[in-house]
Amino acid sequence: MKKLISAALAATMLTSLVQAAEVKIGFVTTLTTGGAVVGKDQEKAVNLAIEHMGGKMGDLDVNLIFGDDGFKPETGKQVTDKLVKQDNVDIVAGYIWSNVLLASRKSVLDAGKFLITANAGPGPVAGKLCHENFFSTSWQNDETPMAMGEVLNQKGVKSIYIIAPNYAAGKGMVAGVKRTFKGEIKGTDMTTWPTQLDFSAELAKANASGAEGLFVFYPGKAGGAFMKQYQQAGLKDSLPLYTTFTVDALSLPKFQAADFTDVLGSQFTQQWDPTIDNEQNKRFVADFRAKHGSYPSFYAAQAYDSMFLIKSAVEAVGGDLSDMDGMRATMKSASYPSVRGEYTYGNNHMPIQAYYLREVVKDDDGNWTTKIVQTVYEAHQDIYAKDCALN
Amino acid sequence: MDYTLLFTQVLNGLQLGLLLFLVASGLTLVFGILDFVNLAHGSIYMIGAFICASLTLLVGNFLLAVLIALPLTGLVGYVVERVVARKLYDKDHLDHVLGTFGLVLVLDTTAQIIWGPAGITVPLPAWLNGQVELFDGARIPSFRLLIIGTGLAVAGGLFWLVNYTRLGMLIRAGASNRTMVSALGIDIQFLFALVFALGAVLAGLAGMLISPITGTSIGMGGQIIITAFVVIIIGGVGSMKGAFIAALLIGLIDTLGRSFLDKLFALVMSENAAETAAPAIAAMMIYILMAIVLVVKPQGLFPPKVR
Repeated sequence: MKKLISAALAATMLTSLVQAAEVKIGFVTTLTTGGAVVGKDQEKAVNLAIEHMGGKMGDLDVNLIFGDDGFKPETGKQVTDKLVKQDNVDIVAGYIWSNVLLASRKSVLDAGKFLITANAGPGPVAGKLCHENFFSTSWQNDETPMAMGEVLNQKGVKSIYIIAPNYAAGKGMVAGVKRTFKGEIKGTDMTTWPTQLDFSAELAKANASGAEGLFVFYPGKAGGAFMKQYQQAGLKDSLPLYTTFTVDALSLPKFQAADFTDVLGSQFTQQWDPTIDNEQNKRFVADFRAKHGSYPSFYAAQAYDSMFLIKSAVEAVGGDLSDMDGMRATMKSASYPSVRGEYTYGNNHMPIQAYYLREVVKDDDGNWTTKIVQTVYEAHQDIYAKDCALN
Repeated sequence: MDYTLLFTQVLNGLQLGLLLFLVASGLTLVFGILDFVNLAHGSIYMIGAFICASLTLLVGNFLLAVLIALPLTGLVGYVVERVVARKLYDKDHLDHVLGTFGLVLVLDTTAQIIWGPAGITVPLPAWLNGQVELFDGARIPSFRLLIIGTGLAVAGGLFWLVNYTRLGMLIRAGASNRTMVSALGIDIQFLFALVFALGAVLAGLAGMLISPITGTSIGMGGQIIITAFVVIIIGGVGSMKGAFIAALLIGLIDTLGRSFLDKLFALVMSENAAETAAPAIAAMMIYILMAIVLVVKPQGLFPPKVR
């Protein structure tokens, strides 16, 4: 009996030792509903990142727990609370949707843990609500459309009509393009998010407005729906389309399967592309394609980066996760190998980085993908940084 | 006033309304005749869309795929009736809701396992992919005209079926007094299964028609089912005529609200405020209408006579 007890005790101690030698990371994304197409891509990228690390960050084993936000802010907050309180993770990463991030951020930051967004970048978290334990491996929402606004100016477009979903990110996108575009805004339609997928009324209004161009932002499955309807409405010549986050590596294979050739040649701005030439990106894109048979999306690229950002911090403090100052300083230096190439962090821990104009092309094997045609910004910082009290 | 735009938007509203009617007609048929609340109706809409989308990619022709997918979707409806719904008929409405909500989760997950989370983009033949110029400046995508035509044809067909055929007579009789019908030697269980399958075919058809526009996606039925319930509540539960009129009403209100509310609001407030307020109010309008109808005529606009 005594032996049994001591064996049990030893086993308990052993498990607690094992538990101590790991870094627990929660990753919140969308694994069900129509938003799952994005979340599944991030899940693949995160798992690939951990595989590339050999399952370890420094000497610590990586214990990864995925949380499903169900495409809803309230569910996202619940699952974040569960990760923070019940699973007691060390770091929470992920977040595709700005409204989910805004609802969940407090749960993580109030618990004194690091929060790393791998996509969402609403204005408040970059400005007034910025936090020393918050980092982004993506962008602030306004920046990508600001780059598109510059492109529109360069192309000599005199007036545009805007259609975007009515939620935090949609508003940021509209604000962004309005900030840099110098021509006239003929009208703006904000649609119900995420339920509205039929844009017939908005397209008819845009067409009747007499604008020279149409700017839209429709992430995930809504992007595919919008592109189809734009094409069916026959507006290609009369109302050229300019997008951000609407055409991506998730929709292109679907378009290719349906032989929807109108999407070839369409252009949009972004901070990353599968053709960016560095070792980390080459390995990421090649192994992702070998494993899953498709190009990774920018969502995947940012999720992959988030894991390597965490790894750099864990290694810098020698696995001592209580040294949050050390980890923070390392992350702030952005010294990890990012798939987008080198970038720096602003005072608000948002990337200061390059933005490119990407174009949809066929690769050598005939797969539909993108390439970079122009660098729009060399090193762009978001406009909310000045509202952030950090330095 | 831009009349070309108004005309285009009325057609858009009509198209949305007829699509809603296809979903709501099946729902009101099952609710009215079987007294069965079927939340999974939207999932069958999704299953129909996915079956048709796969077949389109397989056989390379959308219309042919629809013709094959319709009986398949009816079969899915029949199986659902036999396996799940039939056991719930004599329970109360809360059990129906719980049971069919479970079914929604099962069907959504099954679809995700079979077709993956990405959804499918459905290609159309070239003659459906273009536009039709009705008069100067009013160009409508030809596929949307096809939806309008199909919706009107189905509405006419249902009217004929329910009012002028023996099956329709049995359906109406079963709705009034099911015990009496079975006492007269009619296989009421088979009749109910048939009605359920018919509802599934109608929902599936709606899913097939919307998929070339929005693509198919997991959970696509969840949104339409709520609007479809609003339709049958406004129209009067169990009334085919009510479903038809309410669906068109909602389609038009929703589309015209999205189109012109911001201009209307801009008359009384700043343009920026109008831009923000209009979409929020436009999204609410059909629910406001439902609330008004519930206050004025709690049974709906056209309650069936026999209940």
